[in-house]
This record gives sequence, C-alpha cells and structure tokens, in this order.
Amino acid sequence: MLFIEKRKYFYIFSTILILAGIISMFAQGFNLGIDFKGGAILRYKMDPSISAAEVRATVEDLKVVDEANIQKSGDEFFIRTTEVDQNQTNIITKGLQAKFKDVTYQSVESVGATMGSELTRNAVLSVLVALALMLVYITFRFEWAFGVAAVFALFHDVLIVVGLFSIFQWQIDSAFIAAILTIIGFSINDTIVIFDRVRENLRMKKKDELPTLLNKSIMQTMNRSVNTVLTCLFPLVTLYFFGGSTIKTFVLTMLIGFIFGAYSSICVASPVYYEIKQRG
Amino acid sequence: MRKNTSIAIILAIIIALGMLTYFLNKPIVNNLDLGLDLSGGLHVVLEAQESAGQKVTADTIQKSVGILRTRVDKLGVSEPIIYPQGQKRVVVELAGVQDPEQAIDVIKNTAQLEFWDQNGKVLVTGKHLKDAKTTVNQGGEGAEVNIEFDKEGSRLFAEATQANIGKPISIVLDKKVVSAPTVNEAITGGSARITGNFTAKEAEDLAVLLRSGALPVSFKIMEKRTVGPTLGSDSLDKSVKAGLMGLIAILIFMLGYYRLPGLIADISMVLYSVLVLGTMALFGSVLTLPGIAAFALSIGMAVDANVIIYEHIKEELRTGKTIKASIESGFKRAFWTIFDANLTTLIAAVVLMYFGTGPIKGFAVTLSIGIVASMLVALTFTRYLLVLSADITKSHKLYGV
Repeated sequence: MLFIEKRKYFYIFSTILILAGIISMFAQGFNLGIDFKGGAILRYKMDPSISAAEVRATVEDLKVVDEANIQKSGDEFFIRTTEVDQNQTNIITKGLQAKFKDVTYQSVESVGATMGSELTRNAVLSVLVALALMLVYITFRFEWAFGVAAVFALFHDVLIVVGLFSIFQWQIDSAFIAAILTIIGFSINDTIVIFDRVRENLRMKKKDELPTLLNKSIMQTMNRSVNTVLTCLFPLVTLYFFGGSTIKTFVLTMLIGFIFGAYSSICVASPVYYEIKQRG
Repeated sequence: MRKNTSIAIILAIIIALGMLTYFLNKPIVNNLDLGLDLSGGLHVVLEAQESAGQKVTADTIQKSVGILRTRVDKLGVSEPIIYPQGQKRVVVELAGVQDPEQAIDVIKNTAQLEFWDQNGKVLVTGKHLKDAKTTVNQGGEGAEVNIEFDKEGSRLFAEATQANIGKPISIVLDKKVVSAPTVNEAITGGSARITGNFTAKEAEDLAVLLRSGALPVSFKIMEKRTVGPTLGSDSLDKSVKAGLMGLIAILIFMLGYYRLPGLIADISMVLYSVLVLGTMALFGSVLTLPGIAAFALSIGMAVDANVIIYEHIKEELRTGKTIKASIESGFKRAFWTIFDANLTTLIAAVVLMYFGTGPIKGFAVTLSIGIVASMLVALTFTRYLLVLSADITKSHKLYGV
C-alpha cells in the first residue's frame, strides 16, 4: 500500500473534518454540561407514556426555576435547569408527584458556575502537560521528528473529536475530559508501535528509500493495529449498547477516538514524519 | 517426556489460577468500595468564604474538616469521606445516605451560637459550650435544646444575665435570631434553654451542631450531587454485564485468531484481572463507573501487549526459525515496543491522576494500575507459559502461521 504517496488524500480528508469542526465551534459552540457551565440536572423515573412537553409545562408552572430543559430516555427523565437548592428540588419532586403517577426521584446534581471554569482550565492544562511530557519522552527514546509527528497526530485526534462534539452538539461533561485523555494515550500507543517498527527498519544495514520503508513499516504492523483496535472496540461496543445510561457519552467519545486514533497513527503520523524528514 | 511435563505444569497453573480466582473473588468484591455513582449517596463540595479580618488558611480548612467529620459521625453515616481540596475547599462524600436534605443542612451550617444584648453586643458565644441536649416538650408539641456552659461560659452568662435583668437577650445562630427571651433573674447555674419553633428533628440536629462545635469560617455549597441507589445499582449491573460480554468477546477472538498462544493469552488475562482488581482492593480504591470503563479498556491494552508479542513471534516463525528460537527473539523485539508504547500511555494516565478530581481520578488510577499490571503479566507470566508450551508441539499451525 502506498500510504506515503497517497498522503494528499488523507490530508484533504482530515483538513475537511477539522475545518468543519472549527467552523461549528465558532458558529454554534458547544453543548456544555453542568460540569462546565454550572446548573443542575434532576433525574426522575416516570411512566414512559408521559411526554417531555408535559413535564416541562408542569415544572414551569411551579415557578421555582427560570428555565427547564427536559430530556427523555425510556422511563428516565432528565430535567436540566439552573442551579437548585434542596428546597427547590423538593418542590419540583412534589409537583411532579402530584401531577403524574409513579414518579421516583433518582438523583440531583447541582454545580456552581465557577467550578466549571476551573474544570476547563484544569482539563486544558492537563492535556498540554501530558502532550509536553510525551514529546520529551519520545524525543529521548526515538528522535525529535518522531515526537513532533506523534504530537501532531494527537492534536489532530483531539481536534476531530472536539469538533464532532460541536457539530453534533453532543454534551460535554467531565467524563469527556477523561475520554479525551484516554484517546491521547491510546493514539500515542498506536503511533509508537508503528514508529518503533520504523526505528527498527532504519537500523537495518540494507535500507530502503524512506517512503518505501515507511509503507513497509505500516504494513508490517497492520495486523497488530487492526487486532488491537478490534479488541479495544469489543468492550466499548458492548458498553455502549448494554452499559448503563450514565456512561454512554463517555463510551461514545472513546469509540470515535479509537477509530480516529488508529487512523491518525497510520495516515497522519507517518506522513508528517516523512514531511519533516524530507525538509529537514 | 518433556511434552508431558510441560502439559502437566500448564494444567497445574490453570488449576492454581482457577482456585486463586475462586478464593480471592469474595475478599476482592468485599474490599472494593463502590463510588457514589454506584452505591448512591451524597457528594458536596464546600468553599470557605473569606470575610473581613478572617483569612482562610490551611489551618482553618484542617479544623473545618475535623469538625465536619464529628458532625457527620453523629449523623450515623458509615465511613464518610471528607477531605480538603485545593486551598479553600472541602469535599464531603457520604455513601448510602437516606436523607440527603438533612445531611446537607447539618454539613453547611456554620453553627455559630451567640448571645446578644439589646444593642447587639456579643455576651457569650458557642465556644464556651460543654454540652447540648434536646428535650421534647410533653405532648410532642415543640422541642427545645438545653445547653450547658463550661466554667468560663457559666461565669460570662451569669454576668450577662445579671446585667440584663428585665431586658431581652437574643439567642443568635449564624447571625439569625432564634429567640429573644426576657431575663427574669440572673442565671448562675451555667445552663440555658434555646426555644424556638423547633420540631423534634430540628432540635436534635441543632444539638448535634452545637455539640460538634462551630466551623471557623462559613462555607458555601459549590457543587452538590445526590445519587439514588437505584440508579447506581441499575447502571452497575448493566455495565458489569456489558464489560463481561466485551471480555468474553476478546477471549474468543484471541483463541480463534492466535490458537495456542491465544489460549495462553486468555489464561494471562484471567491472572491480569485478578491482579488489577486485587491491587485496587488492597489500596482501598473506590470503584466508579469511569473506573469500570478504565478497567475494560486496560484489558484491551493488556491484550495489545499479547498481540504485539504474537505478531513478532509469527514473523520470526515465517523466517524459518524453530518455535523456541522464535519465541525468544520475538519477545526480545516486542519488549521495547511494549515498554515504549505503555510508558507513553502511563504518562498521560499519571498526568490525569495528578490533575484530575473525582471521577477522572478514579479512571486514571485504574488505568495506571492496569498498564503496570499488563506489562508485568505479559513480560513474565505470558513469556513463561509460551516457553513451556513450545515443548508441546512442533506444529506451526497451532501458532496460526
């Protein structure tokens, strides 16, 4: 396979995806969860035949919160609203119980707005620290061109996943950060395995031309790349379809991240390494 | 002969591992604390509020943690988790609380008791309290809290009442007047009653607060999460089942694709799982939903180590080497690949552990333990089993070549 020769197509594909994501970030921003912007989520179990609109009307009639956004998933109802205290929670619970039958209060999460900005700061900081440390390690164990190419591929993965979250307006909560960081961890893992092979092939006495050598290295590790992605996808797919509703977003982020992580290791990291080598 | 010995050793290892898993199963499950998202409960983040002339120091926070612990203990909550976070915050986690509303009330109140004269001058404070008890009035209507002053407090209170005969003294809790009875005579016995429109429950909570002492600063609730246990156990059951399904899929895949080494990978995976869960139980880690996800994923990484090793071995086999020689050189080449790949991932996990809070931390801890365990198992146990299994057959077919 001519991965290096065909790199233009990968660049175009990635650029389109990333640009679309960036445009969406500016145009419609993110659907931030309460972990980031503050607010509350109340969860109730109710008869699935009750509609979200009915619930919204009931909650708004109580006049305890300014706005209520109702999400329904089977018999689970999520009421998103501004920060609430215990008293307001009780009024809402009683109000729902008075109107509908068999209402079970499940949980409330309420987060102050300042907590969110701190979380964002911590998240960005930890991503940058992790990237810097990985760059140092790869430079130390390989050479700097590998490090730059690997970190470039990671930025690519993070940008694509974050962009997709903006495009589809999926909700971003604190588990999202954990997922992003895991993607970074796995994508780098993938990239390192390929680069490790490149390093090994570079040490051979009879060396190929760089594009051929890179293509060969990718093909030699292809079996492993496919098998590893497959085995990692097994638990993710079962967790997504059969796991609890609380970890759905988290698992979704991972699924997307894994696929793009594997893609970027093959189609972005190695070509970028080639570009650096060719110019330097 | 060597073939039979090898088979015997491998069988013995399988049986030993099976028994180990069987006997460790209970202690591990019992020792793994479930996080709030699984067991249900209350998670509150409080932030100390600085006011004029009252700086929040590490000492204030430390003191507050102690006082909060006393209060929560008196609520009868088992194993509360209370810890300072950053410079000004305290996190309180109570698993399995029946009445989160009451718990929040008890936690967030400063419980600064003061007695004021008519002009708002402070006469005595809660610092001088020795005890506080509840008395329910007959007929169950209204309850009151009886307080007892220490020596200094008794003296101050006697002086105060002496000076204010015929005038009201306000009983003030957290700057709010609870009641303002008029003093009939000097009270020298060192005890007083706080009446108000208390229910028995409210009076009991107030007594708990007064007995535990006042917080040195006032706190504001920054974050509050209560999770009903039904939600938790529902998610837990589902996620555990889903995780198991994914695990079985991996085991079948490995066996089908890699044959004999696949079987060895499967045996290693069982040891790996026992090792990771056992370590978590030993360290008293809290198992959360993201933690379960991290565990499922770290299994994926552990399998990856095996995949890397086997791909290398297959390559060596194709060059015409014997099985034993292929295993040796395959391992040698796989070692640094696995080492570099896992270490870079570990760097990310440790950064996460260091910066992360709550669920993220749980995720990072599990992932870190998983990565270390996966390297250990792959590079020692799996290697030993593979070398043993090389005696069993000379057929490359069993290695999927």
